[in-house]
Amino acid sequence: MALAEAAVAPGARITATATAAVGGVARRRAIRATGLIALVGLLVFVVLLSLAVGAKPIPLADVLRAFTGFDGSNDHLVVRELRLPRTLVGVLVGAALGVAGAMMQAITRNPLADPGLLGVNAGASLAVVIGIAVFNLGSLSAYVWLAFVGAAATSVVVYALGSMGRGGATPVRLALAGAALSALLGAFTSAVVLLDQQTLDQYRFWVVGSLAGRDQDVLLQVLPFIVVGLVVGLATARPLNALGLGEDAARALGTRVGWTRAATALSVTLLCGAATAACGPIGFIGLVVPLGARAIVGPDQRWLLPYSALLGPIVLIACDVVGRVIARPSEVQVGIMTAALGGPAFVFLVRRVRMAQL
Amino acid sequence: MTTAVARSVRKARSPISGRVIRTRRVSVRLDVRAISVGAVLAIAIVVTSAWSISVGDFPIPIRDVVRAVFSTASDDAEFIVQTLRLPRVLTAIMVGAAFAISGGIFQSLANNPLASPDVVGFNSGAALGAVFMIVAVEGAGSLEVSLGAMVGGIATAALVYVFAWKRGVHGYRLILVGIGIGFAVSAVVDYMLTRAQIYDAQRAAVWLTGSLNGRGWEHVRPVGFGLLLLVPIAAVLSRQLRLLELGTDTAAALGVRVGRARLGLVLVGVALAALATASAGPIGFVALVSPPIARRLVRAPGFTLVPTALVGALLTVVADLSARRIMAPTELPVGIATAAVGAPYLLWLLSREIRTGAM
Repeated sequence: MALAEAAVAPGARITATATAAVGGVARRRAIRATGLIALVGLLVFVVLLSLAVGAKPIPLADVLRAFTGFDGSNDHLVVRELRLPRTLVGVLVGAALGVAGAMMQAITRNPLADPGLLGVNAGASLAVVIGIAVFNLGSLSAYVWLAFVGAAATSVVVYALGSMGRGGATPVRLALAGAALSALLGAFTSAVVLLDQQTLDQYRFWVVGSLAGRDQDVLLQVLPFIVVGLVVGLATARPLNALGLGEDAARALGTRVGWTRAATALSVTLLCGAATAACGPIGFIGLVVPLGARAIVGPDQRWLLPYSALLGPIVLIACDVVGRVIARPSEVQVGIMTAALGGPAFVFLVRRVRMAQL
Repeated sequence: MTTAVARSVRKARSPISGRVIRTRRVSVRLDVRAISVGAVLAIAIVVTSAWSISVGDFPIPIRDVVRAVFSTASDDAEFIVQTLRLPRVLTAIMVGAAFAISGGIFQSLANNPLASPDVVGFNSGAALGAVFMIVAVEGAGSLEVSLGAMVGGIATAALVYVFAWKRGVHGYRLILVGIGIGFAVSAVVDYMLTRAQIYDAQRAAVWLTGSLNGRGWEHVRPVGFGLLLLVPIAAVLSRQLRLLELGTDTAAALGVRVGRARLGLVLVGVALAALATASAGPIGFVALVSPPIARRLVRAPGFTLVPTALVGALLTVVADLSARRIMAPTELPVGIATAAVGAPYLLWLLSREIRTGAM
């Protein structure tokens, strides 16, 4: 009997661990889903904060009444016409940058990849500078189109450069092509800016990246691009997971590597182009948010991408709120806040996290 | 020792490159190619410098340039050459050499053709110091700006080193911390630019591009003394640097104290970059492009001090000359010219590597 028990025991143990594993997966999934819901709650909270806080603080009850019982008072107008569009642009841009950064890091298999690597920011900057200097454009919605065209054109050129020769567009080639082209375009940008003081005067406020003054027009201009980019991006989660195992393994698992890379490139271009178009170049969200998301949920893209899509706007809008408060009655641009707060956060992450996890 | 290294690195094309002169007690290896390349570069620098001095709003014939440089007679040409154009050209030569040596040191240390002193956050720190002086300090002259750049750059580099320290400095962590702190510092620079008067903002933008406009003897002297001090140190350390290029373990086995050599090289590299940035701003691409060009010209396997410095100097003088003349009478900052030349070089390098399948 004792013998029989001993013979049975290993099998029983295996079943037990298997059940535990299944239970563990289910539990982990439940925890992650709860986390996702908690993030949605946090996002709603930050959005409300962003509607209430500003040069003139408006109590939360009044903010809500601006939507339920609009009475045309100054406060209600401020909330609906100024702060709401600005906050929604922030949500879109934050989600776009978070997802684009996560995808860049996945496709390059490099945790330090940043959406700016494709030269998007440099292209958008040059286009905006030319628009200001040559065509005398001065409105935000004119900048949007310019920046978008510049960003898209640059990433197409970077992609073409990177995919010359045998082997197609490998991540390293893309990164190098992006860096080189950024430097070249940057030289042209500074030449134009240095020769024309008025252009510099407008450009210096655009280039730091800001949500100030973004209205409904800007929101509607970039909305379609970001929505398409997000949908395409979230749809690539599975093939990106396979690519994470290496190109050969991904092929063996039936992933179309070329298609995945092309879809990712399209999505990143749309997202970064639209984000830069809407607020100017905003650094660090695309780098730090996916790193943070990865520290929470690990490398599974099916969770990483949604987490990044939620964490991005939370961080961006929180930075914007802080920027509006610390220098009242004027405000510090959100691009400056993200870099000034994100830099130390990044250093902290680097010191805390073991290198293998990065 | 050197010959043994040379032998192991150059794949047995010939056991020893160059010509060896042996006496009974001493043997000296003379690299004929390096010497001739150096001579040609030096001549090219002298010629372009003379050209650069002779052209401008007030053209001076080359014959008069030579006379004006050496004479003490006081006429217009002599004044323009000695107080305006000569110090500018000398600054260009020395700044270019300093950037090139610094770039070469960092590229060899990191074993990465894209490495630069910016890895430790140096440039953003220098920018912060300089822009602070321009924007926030009333009536700051070029000397104060130089000082600000130097202090800012070195302080930031030290900060990065301290934050990267955790039971020793890990190369990867150093780079990451450098990126993080560099970003935060750049954000502060951007903020100051948006808050500045437009006149100050423009001055800052010119500085940030790297410019040699209006450099006088007060700029030549500190750089000159600094180079006199630092270049010999770099020359001594470059021997260890060449061994470090073979890999840390090999270098240690060959008798290099790796940690100490690395720290010394980083210090010299940062000091050279600080000196150059303080006098001319962060002129881009000289540090990136010069070392590989020198390497190709000399056909050396690794870092070579003198050819690298000469290439950097020539590049900077030529870039300054073209930046001055291309939109004359408007003088563009030299940094635009180096970027306009350096970025296509980078693209060319990239496309070549891709075509040959090296990447």
